[in-house]
Amino acid sequence: MSGESGSSGYVRRDGRRPDELRPFSIRTGVFRNADGSAEIKLGGNWIVVAVYGPREHFPKSQLSQDKAILNCRYHMAPYSTSERKSPKPSRREIELSKVIKTALERAILLDQYPEMCIDVYIEVLQAAGSTRVASITAASVALADAGIPMRDMVVGCSVGKVDGQIVLDISEEEDKEGEADLPIAIMPNLRKIVLLQMDGKMTHDEIKRAFELALKGAMQLHEEQIRALMRRIEEMGELKR
Amino acid sequence: MIAVRELRRATLMDMLRVKEAKKLIRDNRRANGRGFLEYREITIKTNVIEKAYGSAYVSIGDTIAIAGIHFDVGTPFPDSPNEGILISEGEVLPTASFYVEPGPPTEEEIELSRIVDRGIRSSGMIDLSKMVVVPGEKVLKLFIDFNILNDDGNLVDAASLAAVAALLTTKYPNPEEVIDINNAQELSRVKRIPLPVRDVPITVTTAVVEGRYLVDPCLPEEAAADAILTITHTRNDEVCAMQLLTGELDYNQFFDILDIALEKSREIRRMLLSQVGWSDD
Repeated sequence: MSGESGSSGYVRRDGRRPDELRPFSIRTGVFRNADGSAEIKLGGNWIVVAVYGPREHFPKSQLSQDKAILNCRYHMAPYSTSERKSPKPSRREIELSKVIKTALERAILLDQYPEMCIDVYIEVLQAAGSTRVASITAASVALADAGIPMRDMVVGCSVGKVDGQIVLDISEEEDKEGEADLPIAIMPNLRKIVLLQMDGKMTHDEIKRAFELALKGAMQLHEEQIRALMRRIEEMGELKR
Repeated sequence: MIAVRELRRATLMDMLRVKEAKKLIRDNRRANGRGFLEYREITIKTNVIEKAYGSAYVSIGDTIAIAGIHFDVGTPFPDSPNEGILISEGEVLPTASFYVEPGPPTEEEIELSRIVDRGIRSSGMIDLSKMVVVPGEKVLKLFIDFNILNDDGNLVDAASLAAVAALLTTKYPNPEEVIDINNAQELSRVKRIPLPVRDVPITVTTAVVEGRYLVDPCLPEEAAADAILTITHTRNDEVCAMQLLTGELDYNQFFDILDIALEKSREIRRMLLSQVGWSDD
């Protein structure tokens, strides 16, 4: 009886069905100065990303001769949470910067830009659960907006277990009170997992069901990524005329 | 360690070791003749640091980790007034390899600490409710500090195993006798009782190299890997932590690795428990 997502009639704290994402939107061209940028809103999350590069890497002693170096910073604003967060990067933010970088590295054709670097700056302006996967979804759009060649987009989505139910797109409240949280990011066309973490407890069977659900959520977000980029292309066409 | 890959790739010797690792695997073999799903020799010694409340030395092949446990008194977090505080931190020491520089922790060291912490925390290994002195006011703080002393790959499993082994042999200050105590020095003189352990989480790291699965990758195998996934299981065969350390996985590879990690976790747990003489009650 537990965790039959979609058919159980279980209603979540915020009124959603188990297999329902929060309302979301993605937009590009947010910052004029950046080479590429994007904004994502997902429920109460508001996250902006700026991409600079490919550009010259400094210091020269640390550049890589066979590919570009990807730098990635995930950062939460002090006002993004209900209790003030110190602006200094926390250990959590440093870990998330690393896993987001590891994921994006798989998609970007870094070997096309030896001795260069690409900087991805993710700023969480308001946090409402599942920020790392929303960040990665927006970062991938910002990279595409910057015209950086990639093998595929990267799209992230979280799943988890709350009140014994497998649910999609974990909210902040569900993250605090739930039994497990499983953020993933995939390259949707290559069908590869590039970010995978888990916290809490789940059986193998629950993980399998959660993973299937996450793929469905990720595909919906991927469609919005494409819509955002299409809108950007249309805007640019209008500017030229 | 993962950051190492970039650095180590730079030297010719290491490029050759990586090439050699890949070639062996294509020939259906592995360095030192071990099987694909076989760990290197694991050594576990507990209570190696007499001054700590609990400690363990673990080696997996040439990778060496030490963990030590300490306690202090503190104020509980407002959202968990009836729980003690668990803090885990780890560093790769400069003794571990040429690439390590003393200084603030790197991204990879922070990731390593947080993976070790998640396995122990999510499994509910320690009953933190038994570390309360005065609810909402005073609790015990449990520190797990671990170090890597030598790096030949698979730091996550070595560090996790050292932390768990150290906890299994830890005796902690009886909270009932801590009411009037306000610092770590006084705390160290309080009568000690066995730590309330409820689970024994075991972390197993699997690499995908040339389309094959290898548990416990050594350094050249890590550098040759297309993906490395770390999974922690509880003694009830639930997953309590996962982390894709690097690379990309096919969907079916993820499920294959879940099964491999479960199988190996049972095996390592049996070995650990028989070595430390800890029995289930």
